[in-house]
Amino acid sequence: MRHRELGLSDAEYELIVEKLGREPNGVELAVFSLMWSEHCGYKHSRRLLRTLPTEGPRMILGPGENAGAVAVGERLACAFKVESHNHPSAVEPFQGAATGVGGILRDVFAIGARPVAILDSLRFGEVADSPRSRYLLEHAVAGIGHYGNSIGVATVGGEIYFEGPYEQNCLVNAMCVGLIDRDKLIRSAAAGVGNVLVLFGARTGRDGIGGASVLASAELGEGDAAKRPSVQIGDPFEEKKLLECSLELLDRELLVALQDLGAAGLTSSSSEMAAKGDVGVDIDVRRVPLREAHMEPFEVMISESQERMLCVVAPERLDAVLAVCAKWEVNATAIGEVTATRRLRVFDGDELVGDLPVTALVAECPAYDLEPQPPATPLYPAPPARLNGAAGAGDTLLELVASANLASRRWAFEQYDWLVGSRTVRRPEQADAAVLVLEDEDGTAIALSIDGNGRRVAADPYRGAVEAVLECSANLACVGAEPLGLTNCLNFGNPEKPHIAWQLTRAVAGLGDACRALGVPVVGGNVSLYNEGGEGPIYPTPVVGMVGELPDAERSGALGFAREGDAVAVVAAASWAPSPAASELAKLRGEPIEGPLPIAELGELRALHAAVRRGVRSGALRSAHDVAEGGLAVALAECCIAGGLGARVDLSGLEPFAEGPGAFVVSAPPESLAAFGAVARIIGEVGGDALEIAGEEPVSVHHLARAHADGLPALLG
Amino acid sequence: MRFGVVRFPGSCDVVDAVRAAGRVGEAEELWHADADLHDVDAVIVPGGFSYGDYLRVGAIARFAPVMAEVERFARHGGLVLGICNGFQVLCEAGMLSGALLPNTSLRFVCRQVELEVVNPRTPWTNACEPGERLSIPAKHTTGRFWAPDPVLDELEANGQVVLRYAPGHNFNGSARDIAGVSNAAGNVLGLMPHPEHAVDPLTGSADGLKLLLSAARVPAA
Repeated sequence: MRHRELGLSDAEYELIVEKLGREPNGVELAVFSLMWSEHCGYKHSRRLLRTLPTEGPRMILGPGENAGAVAVGERLACAFKVESHNHPSAVEPFQGAATGVGGILRDVFAIGARPVAILDSLRFGEVADSPRSRYLLEHAVAGIGHYGNSIGVATVGGEIYFEGPYEQNCLVNAMCVGLIDRDKLIRSAAAGVGNVLVLFGARTGRDGIGGASVLASAELGEGDAAKRPSVQIGDPFEEKKLLECSLELLDRELLVALQDLGAAGLTSSSSEMAAKGDVGVDIDVRRVPLREAHMEPFEVMISESQERMLCVVAPERLDAVLAVCAKWEVNATAIGEVTATRRLRVFDGDELVGDLPVTALVAECPAYDLEPQPPATPLYPAPPARLNGAAGAGDTLLELVASANLASRRWAFEQYDWLVGSRTVRRPEQADAAVLVLEDEDGTAIALSIDGNGRRVAADPYRGAVEAVLECSANLACVGAEPLGLTNCLNFGNPEKPHIAWQLTRAVAGLGDACRALGVPVVGGNVSLYNEGGEGPIYPTPVVGMVGELPDAERSGALGFAREGDAVAVVAAASWAPSPAASELAKLRGEPIEGPLPIAELGELRALHAAVRRGVRSGALRSAHDVAEGGLAVALAECCIAGGLGARVDLSGLEPFAEGPGAFVVSAPPESLAAFGAVARIIGEVGGDALEIAGEEPVSVHHLARAHADGLPALLG
Repeated sequence: MRFGVVRFPGSCDVVDAVRAAGRVGEAEELWHADADLHDVDAVIVPGGFSYGDYLRVGAIARFAPVMAEVERFARHGGLVLGICNGFQVLCEAGMLSGALLPNTSLRFVCRQVELEVVNPRTPWTNACEPGERLSIPAKHTTGRFWAPDPVLDELEANGQVVLRYAPGHNFNGSARDIAGVSNAAGNVLGLMPHPEHAVDPLTGSADGLKLLLSAARVPAA
């Protein structure tokens, strides 16, 4: 039963026979197995994803294109998307992470946008206990740096969490953000019968054969090392040439359509272009430049060799296209043409070796209803206890800021070029979100954030997912930015299991409700299911990437305390009710992963974020920082560390380490806080060289900074 | 003053360098395959990963047709600035002494560093004061300046050590904290940090502009 080895069920195979009117041959079966894989066909997630809001005043390009886009500034579109490369990274972290970056870059420049920023969201097992997790972290970070640095796109932000359930199945999600003149966006729909299909970029090899079905759509397990040939090898130099070449082709208006080759290679790119254009395509695999001789037609069709693009060109412009490719030393070959057949026909020279209906491939992959069922017993064991419950607040604070999840990420982001392009106004650890100023847009800037706390989603899938959206919006508010659009990557376990289906269903409901309440549309995203190892599923991890805009880059907010004598205030919603549930402190104490999480009054939080945003934009606030992991005390410590200034505060009636959405730590001259009214509660003032919490031993900023800076390097050894 | 910025396949900082130079003069790109400097007054060989840095950093780029012209231009006193990968290319081309080796950490490091101007009398530093500190970002894997001791002695004696890392800022392990060196005549300067990314306080610092301003003050040949 060859179709089962390729990941197709018996029922799916029968459906294929019905669509074709006959048994598929080997080429056709290979093509179907990829196009109907979860990775390409979204068969377990499509119905859920349709529930997410996709309308917004700035929306330009929604789900379905290579990347989504929102309007920014007077004339620009900001294109962005997040995508996973989890399983390849678990098997080969350097190349897996590098090609994850390469793939998401191509998605963005396929619509004509110049990539200007990368953010990444990484999850590994407990780095303190696991040599494997240290290995995966070191190599994934090096791989991201290798690709992004070499191609000259700034890596401006990201997040890393360490939790036991990611031990076997790490997560590597990469988000790319690009800019383009609004009137120059290009679609991927093939059009014009008789137009030529040109494949350009790297040669096609046997690497990544079946990656989408073999790696991305099945659980990890024994023998993964043997899957290494399914991991693609990246070449950022080839991609750099491909990027410049593609943008010049578009700039000179030589192309009808453009599409990158990602998962399932030529198969998915050609059939998706054909489906969107309501046409057919003929491809001659013998014309595809190969890296190794004697590849079978099916191998050419499904190879996931990196750094390749497919474009549609009018015949009279073919020579001009080939000349631009030659200038950039990029291979380019006409490999087929657009037809009126609505079929993907694969030729090996003159011989027809595959003949497939495009609609069946792209649009008729079966969609399955999930069968959600909340788990009867906890899915995840309590984390190991690392902290003595009897420690005082000062010692607890030092332990928290040095802990794996909260320690400084300098070790990682110093390995990334966060400044190429000379747009980076807020660099990592300077503010809650990255800020990039736009060229020739009168000081307008974009702000970027990526977030998703899997442990909290595990404790409470609905509210945890709501928090991921709120966290990004809060981060943007702290730099003065208004959220415009959102992309997400849904990293979950096997959706065919009822409790995973339940996590997924609840989390998507939370995402949708939060997006609607905040008025932020979803421009697109990616789904990564089957993230399970021998010891069970990962924490359910919806990763949210958000883009916002601020009118004046000069007034971008920063998180560090700025001036002695400023008042320190907590700006919080009336509904703010942080709790110890699933907090960082609870984790370090080895407490079970349990909800419920505090409720979020979404309407009130939207207004709160707007108030903070106004305070930052007007210059009233000299610093703003979202209270998140580790609670209020950790947020205060981070403001002290970033500003190199102490503070004296009274936290009476406030839980220092409890977590829940709806609060910010700000600093400002006292009179500036009047505009906030009752939502701003002054708790102290900036000054001195220690964080002094009334009733507790003062902790010097020097010690805090040292603990924060050394935490991660110490764990890595 | 017209600056030309060389673009090799794999150059990353071309646009930044063109814009930075455009703040003090005019600037345009020079294509690697054209043996033609378009009569510019100064050449910038920018950062990036020319030819993917395959074989060895800068080793392939030095053979690009444009480089023969850059060498000829420099021999006749033309102003040439090599930044990061450009510095590596100029060393490979023999236009500057020494070599760039992998950082002692063996890692890519991106960090704002402080430099000290050792020699403010070159065409690329004449707008600076002796000992002036410049805050400029550096980002590279292969930036540890190395030369045999007699060569280092000679560079120091001739005033060819133009920029040093300030105490505590030599993260890559460069010999004698050297961040930038010139040729004997002083018209060719190479440095690992990136002045073209430090031209606006909004993005961190404007100190890099001083190098470009220095060149712009030099009367055209």
